[in-house]
Amino acid sequence: MTTKLVIGLDGEGSGDRALSYATDLAKRIGDCELLVAYVIEWSPYSFQTAEENAQRHKRREEEISTAMSRVVDPAVEGLKKNGMTASGIVRHGDVAHTLNTICEKEGGHQIIVCRSSEGGITKRIFGSSTANLVMSATVPVTVIG
Amino acid sequence: MKILNKALLAAPAIAAALPAHAQDAMSLDERVNTIFAQFTGPFVNLIFAPLPGTSFPWIVLWLVVAASVFTIYFSFVQLRYFSHAVSLVKGDYSDPDDAGEVSHFQALATALSGTVGLGNIAGVAVAVGIGGPGATFWMILAGLLGMASKFTECTLGVKYRNEYPDGTVSGGPMYYISKGFKERGLPGGGALAILFSVFCILGALGGGNMFQANQAHAQIAGIVGDYPGWITGLVFAGVVFAVIVGGIKSIANVTEKVVPFMGILYVGAALVILLVNYDQIGWAFGQIFAGAFTGLGVAGGFVGALIQGFKRAAFSNEAGVGSAAIAHSAVRTKEPITEGFVSLLEPLIDTVVICTMTALVITISGQLLIDPDTGLYMLDGSAIATVDGNSGVSLTSAAFGASISWFPYVLAIAVVLFAFSTMISWSYYGLKSWTYLFGEGKTSELIFKIIFCVFIVIGAAASLGPVIDFSDAAIFAMAVVNITALYFLMSIVREELRSYSERLRSGEIKKFAH
Repeated sequence: MTTKLVIGLDGEGSGDRALSYATDLAKRIGDCELLVAYVIEWSPYSFQTAEENAQRHKRREEEISTAMSRVVDPAVEGLKKNGMTASGIVRHGDVAHTLNTICEKEGGHQIIVCRSSEGGITKRIFGSSTANLVMSATVPVTVIG
Repeated sequence: MKILNKALLAAPAIAAALPAHAQDAMSLDERVNTIFAQFTGPFVNLIFAPLPGTSFPWIVLWLVVAASVFTIYFSFVQLRYFSHAVSLVKGDYSDPDDAGEVSHFQALATALSGTVGLGNIAGVAVAVGIGGPGATFWMILAGLLGMASKFTECTLGVKYRNEYPDGTVSGGPMYYISKGFKERGLPGGGALAILFSVFCILGALGGGNMFQANQAHAQIAGIVGDYPGWITGLVFAGVVFAVIVGGIKSIANVTEKVVPFMGILYVGAALVILLVNYDQIGWAFGQIFAGAFTGLGVAGGFVGALIQGFKRAAFSNEAGVGSAAIAHSAVRTKEPITEGFVSLLEPLIDTVVICTMTALVITISGQLLIDPDTGLYMLDGSAIATVDGNSGVSLTSAAFGASISWFPYVLAIAVVLFAFSTMISWSYYGLKSWTYLFGEGKTSELIFKIIFCVFIVIGAAASLGPVIDFSDAAIFAMAVVNITALYFLMSIVREELRSYSERLRSGEIKKFAH
């Protein structure tokens, strides 16, 4: 049975450590597939102007394309060069909730993320995405320091 | 069109005259007012012409009949699908794979930010100040019936919108009129769409702009003391210009986040006042029901109350006007009718909840003077006499201030923010109509945006009477064209409703697990 590991990236340099750990773990497991996921923070309950709404689809496509080309594709390429079976995915939503949903939907067995790069008042009030993921995930989560 | 041309020609001349006469501010305001009333008078008179042999404006009947027809034609859709509409807004039926697109909630919030505002604060005060508390009853009824009008137009707005190759969308009555008529083989769709666009531009300049600037100035002047309106106009015009022309999104972003907060604060304050005066709520509702059928001494009796109630409800929630169809058309959904369901919540929130709260606070506050001998309202001209002669937004401010002394200051900030937010929304509605007429393009868009900003100055400088008349007339003129088209296209919506309800019942359309 193939083991599937989901690697959550946030576009920061610390993502490399998550990729490196996942590669190492996958080699030890053997039959393993890696899925690189990037979640664009987005809420269906935010407020927008009519003009922003009219351009939303275009912006969404641009955001997905940018995330793919700048974060996900290079990571997937790197994993493939190391002999891994890898693919990538970009989604919008709440980071913790969406990463877990991706993992469930794709049949993932574990989520690997880096320690959160968030800070300031948002982290103090709402907690970090990583902390929220650890508390709400339905699969094991490994947090790389 | 002729009126528009005259207005457009007059606008730059008035704007150009501003600096030269800055030192003679009062006479400038008066001059603006006179010129404005002169140009808009015939248009206003036509829209508000009474039915032969009565004092009942035909346009009010037009809106009531339409809302009633849609309510019956769709078998009280506003009641049958109310809970489904709430589920849609909660996202129960939204595909998680579509995350990042405009959600139903966002479309509703955007449309509400264009409607919740001065109509709920100043408009209700005008209705209650002239038509008495009884106007509230008719306002609520108009709100409930108007839910069906909103459902019809917003369904069509999504179904017939234009989707461009770059992923942007444009929708609204002008698109569903031209496409829908063509699809059904009906003549005149193109002409009606053009007419709607012209009226929408006038509506954007009137109710969506001048009325907002005018009442924002009145509110600020009420706090800091009287000063020339054109000064407020110039400041507002500068900020709006920065957003819609300069593309300074941060101002719009802050406003879009603060406005909902102000809306909640406003409703919260009204609730506190009602709770503190809970013993008077029964009496206030008694005044509303008694006034609805007797008038309680207001000018025109119960017909006067009815006219004011329906007029201000239409002005506040814009049901049947067509503006919401422009705002709602941005949602990406496979089922256009879902946006119709969501939109029917708008008149409920705007009119039935928020407007009623304002009316109750004004009634309970004792600002409206009652003759102790007869129990009827005392008149000052055609309006009800008030404690300090207040009308419009200053009446609402005084009513809230009677219970919470510092609230007029909060209200002043709310009015300014609501006015600004409504202006931004209507600048978009007007722009969409403008580009429908003159084509998409940066120069074309810039011309409209500059005209829009000039009218902010005119609106702030003119007195309330001509501005409110023109604002009403322009918005109702949109409803004349839009509702005519809706009668011809409502069978398309019924077919959508039949198909959707069948698939909903069969379980083909189901909730997503989130």
